[in-house]
Amino acid sequence: MNTTTVIVGSSIGGVRAAQSLRLEGYEGEIILVGEDPELPYDKPPLSKSVLAGKAEESSIRLLTREQAEDAGIQLLLGHAATGIDVAGNLLQLQDHEPVRFDHLVIATGASARPSPWGQRPGIHVLRSLDDARKLRTNLLKGGTLAVIGAGFIGAEAAATARSLGLEVTVIDPLPIPMSRIFNPEIGHWFGDLHRNNGVTTIFGTGVESIDGEQGSFTLRLTNGANVEAATVLVGIGAVPNDAWLGASGLLVDNGVVLDEYCRAVDAPHIYGVGDVARWRHEKHGEDIRIEHWTNAVEQAACVAYNITHPQSPRAYTPVEYVWSDQHDWKIQVVGRVGGNAEHIIIGHPELHGRFAALYTTDGVNLRGAAIVNWPKALLACRRGMGTGVTIQELREKLEPLLDPQPLAAS
Amino acid sequence: MPVVKADLQACQGYANCVVGATDYFDLDDDGIVVLLKTEVPEADRSRVTEAARSCPVSALVVEN
Repeated sequence: MNTTTVIVGSSIGGVRAAQSLRLEGYEGEIILVGEDPELPYDKPPLSKSVLAGKAEESSIRLLTREQAEDAGIQLLLGHAATGIDVAGNLLQLQDHEPVRFDHLVIATGASARPSPWGQRPGIHVLRSLDDARKLRTNLLKGGTLAVIGAGFIGAEAAATARSLGLEVTVIDPLPIPMSRIFNPEIGHWFGDLHRNNGVTTIFGTGVESIDGEQGSFTLRLTNGANVEAATVLVGIGAVPNDAWLGASGLLVDNGVVLDEYCRAVDAPHIYGVGDVARWRHEKHGEDIRIEHWTNAVEQAACVAYNITHPQSPRAYTPVEYVWSDQHDWKIQVVGRVGGNAEHIIIGHPELHGRFAALYTTDGVNLRGAAIVNWPKALLACRRGMGTGVTIQELREKLEPLLDPQPLAAS
Repeated sequence: MPVVKADLQACQGYANCVVGATDYFDLDDDGIVVLLKTEVPEADRSRVTEAARSCPVSALVVEN
């Protein structure tokens, strides 16, 4: 079988697609192309153990040269993809001749949304290993860290900086943090979490400008106040890396647009995986794009299956799952949460040290859940999402676990 | 026969493995992985390897 699959993107989605192809018995050539010259590495630890200095860079490698060689995966790193000749089955690269493919997997991920307040030394984003190195270097100099954006990346980096002993101020234009994802009650608890861990929070206020230089920035806020900081981290979301597809003719709309089998809608030999992929989720009945680690892994496995089983492809219909570690909270989110969905909350962070918020749209069935520090509840919800559990059934199961009664003497 | 091994120190209770292969993996009350069986017949190899690889902290491995 002399076919070639080229995978563009050397982060988790691309690496897993390559490995899963071999697992499915794919015998053709596999070429893994990456813009990042680094050997493939895992990104979730960048805002946590790597930034904290607790993890060696070698511990987050996704694929070593030996592992790639053993699996028959050719690495072509340090070359950005610049375009696709769809009719000619050619991938165009920077500083490299075009590469021919039979199947192409687009896994170019997303980039940190750049700072709109200027980009100069001391104003950081956090997405790549190099970003983490630069931010850590500046954190080790001490001084206050100002974090703009109280989302997952900003909150995790704020927690890590506190663990390193820095003063930290988090600024977010939302009056209630995380309220784009959760309901306000839980959002308030996130604010309490930060403050209880010594983070100064300024919510409901935007940043007008950043003056000064590395070591002595002044952030001018929309409410007229100023915040002094030695270092600034901008954590205001990510944008899919799809600009390079502009001239390819592929349909691009906030990510490359795919069918339910994760094939480009206008080129069925081209697939997409991970943060850059907008695919038709049959169960949700809409095109969605997810920027989560687990989604990249599961989507890569599905794409590898579909490439190797063209007569019986699988529709990709995952249950969303994402986690975040902030201070002493392990936050896990399953399915679809927040919005206008009705919810019940079991447990309380101060009374029990853990809680689960269960969301429903029809008042009966579980639609999603946000869980903190409660593995049993996480598992019940992840399993329940697959079997159609009701929130009442979950309540009856989980509430008795909150305050375990001592065994009665007999 | 291939066997699946778990690093209990590394496990953080994400439960991706349980979702991937519920007949091989479970979590205990502390959220640590429990191997329900360790030997992986060839017919299960792909599925169990995918479940092991879905671990965010690489706590699971299927070895020959």
